[in-house]
Amino acid sequence: MNKTRKYWGFAFVAPQLIGLILFSLVPLFQAFYISFTKWDGMQPVKEWVGINNYIEAFGNADFVKSLINTLKYTIYFVPLDVFLALLIAMALKNVAGRTIYRLFYFMPVVSGSVSVGVIWTWLLNSNTGLINMLLKMMGLPMVPWLTDSKLVLISIAVVSIWWNVGYNMVIFLAGLQNIPQTYYEAAAIDGATKLMQFRHITLPMVSSTTFFTLITTIISSFQVFDQAFIMTKGGPAKASYTFVYHIYESAFQKFQMGYASASAMVLFVIILIITAFQMWASKKWVNYDV
Amino acid sequence: MMSSAVMTKKRKKISPGTIVLHIILILGSIIMVFPFLWTVLSSFKNLGEIFTFPPTFFPKEWVFSNFPRSFTAMPFDRAYFNSIYIAVIVTVLQLITASMAGYAFGKLKFPGHNILFPIFLATMMIPAQVVMIPIFNTMKALGLLNTHWSIILPAALFNAFGVFLLRQFIMGLPDDLEEAAVVDGASTPRIFVQIIFPLIRSSLAAFGIFVFLGQWNNFLYPLIFLNDPKTYTVPLLLAYFKGQYATEYPLLMAGTVIAVIPVLIIYLIFQKQIIAGIAITGMKS
Repeated sequence: MNKTRKYWGFAFVAPQLIGLILFSLVPLFQAFYISFTKWDGMQPVKEWVGINNYIEAFGNADFVKSLINTLKYTIYFVPLDVFLALLIAMALKNVAGRTIYRLFYFMPVVSGSVSVGVIWTWLLNSNTGLINMLLKMMGLPMVPWLTDSKLVLISIAVVSIWWNVGYNMVIFLAGLQNIPQTYYEAAAIDGATKLMQFRHITLPMVSSTTFFTLITTIISSFQVFDQAFIMTKGGPAKASYTFVYHIYESAFQKFQMGYASASAMVLFVIILIITAFQMWASKKWVNYDV
Repeated sequence: MMSSAVMTKKRKKISPGTIVLHIILILGSIIMVFPFLWTVLSSFKNLGEIFTFPPTFFPKEWVFSNFPRSFTAMPFDRAYFNSIYIAVIVTVLQLITASMAGYAFGKLKFPGHNILFPIFLATMMIPAQVVMIPIFNTMKALGLLNTHWSIILPAALFNAFGVFLLRQFIMGLPDDLEEAAVVDGASTPRIFVQIIFPLIRSSLAAFGIFVFLGQWNNFLYPLIFLNDPKTYTVPLLLAYFKGQYATEYPLLMAGTVIAVIPVLIIYLIFQKQIIAGIAITGMKS
């Protein structure tokens, strides 16, 4: 009886195992292989070029620029996004009417990157967008949000925060609900102020959620593409040209599949490093008692 | 909702801190909701009014023609059909295959499961952008580019996170129900369908919402795999629409309303389930 159950296990895992092989493991090795070749995606023969694609990548101005842009974007986007999400979650935790607030703050999350991108391209339009019209009405100068190369990444990061903050807020709300109310009651009896309660109860107790949220947000931030593609096409002058944009453009507009795969492998390594750091650090500092 | 909430507070005496908190939260809510409202209002204005300064809030003259015009300009009905059926098929297949694999790993423990499971976990680190080039080439070789299979197959058959999530839920179920069924001679597929499936219904609902929403809003893979506007999903069509009518804002806003408002209505109806679904799946990842 138990034996047949065990063998049924193979049948039950089979569909996902086939998927794992066809759409994850094999493509990963293929990508690795293609990254050492020169290939336009059409010729039957892939010309072996060794590590040339990798050397070319790090000498390519576009590659370097896209990597720097992605790093800058991550710095603008991640800390503020996670901080605001935590702040909103704490504000909503015990407030009256929190369901309706939560409804509003989560609303952009379900809307999808393209709708969000189109809506904000219009709001941030240099001459006729609502934001600049409001600035003009207040007698302030208009701001070239998406057309100034120094501003554009910040603008996109702000839009991403608007889009994503509700998602992280929901994760934090779930994390905060796991903190027993009795901790706060005991602290209050001992005369701890709200600030001290925050410092000594909330912060350590949400540290694992915060850390987890930071890591997942960093990883998703390194994969930013949709917003830049929709809002600015990577411009002006490649100022919002992101790393995934570079991979996409190399592979599907310039048909340099080998080079694009090498760039994609670099992205993979970056994400591996972040994940390895997460595993190492979560063992070391984070309080997982909750 | 708000007024009743404020009233309950009133009985308890409102502190100035609470008032300030509500003011900040209401301002924040306006920031979150107003862009949608502005999009809807813009879609009813004419091209002249949309560029006037100072801007009008409500349209001076309500123009309804932007909606039929954007429907004629772009096949939104078709894109809706495509998006819905792709997301439904992916979600249903994903729920079936991921829960089957979750059951195999969580309870059946077939030989080699403890080697295979870490491999599933490890693949979660592989970004979609790394495998997209080989998958593109495979789809091309199979003649599946420009068909919805190129989107459905990878999404429906593989989701390491889903396998992990459902394994966790299934592992947490007590063994005795299953043992009783085994003693009664019930077959494994029957136990899965009649005992396990009903027990994990709420987890499946949460995971299903997560998969559906992700598929509905998926952009990169459709962008790469689909080139024929007839095959476009809603996000893809909207992106294409933006490229074609970049300066015709009222028309573009009408297209955006068509793309986003039905989703928001569904969200308003099922907000509790959707948010809970995202919270459960999000916490576990």
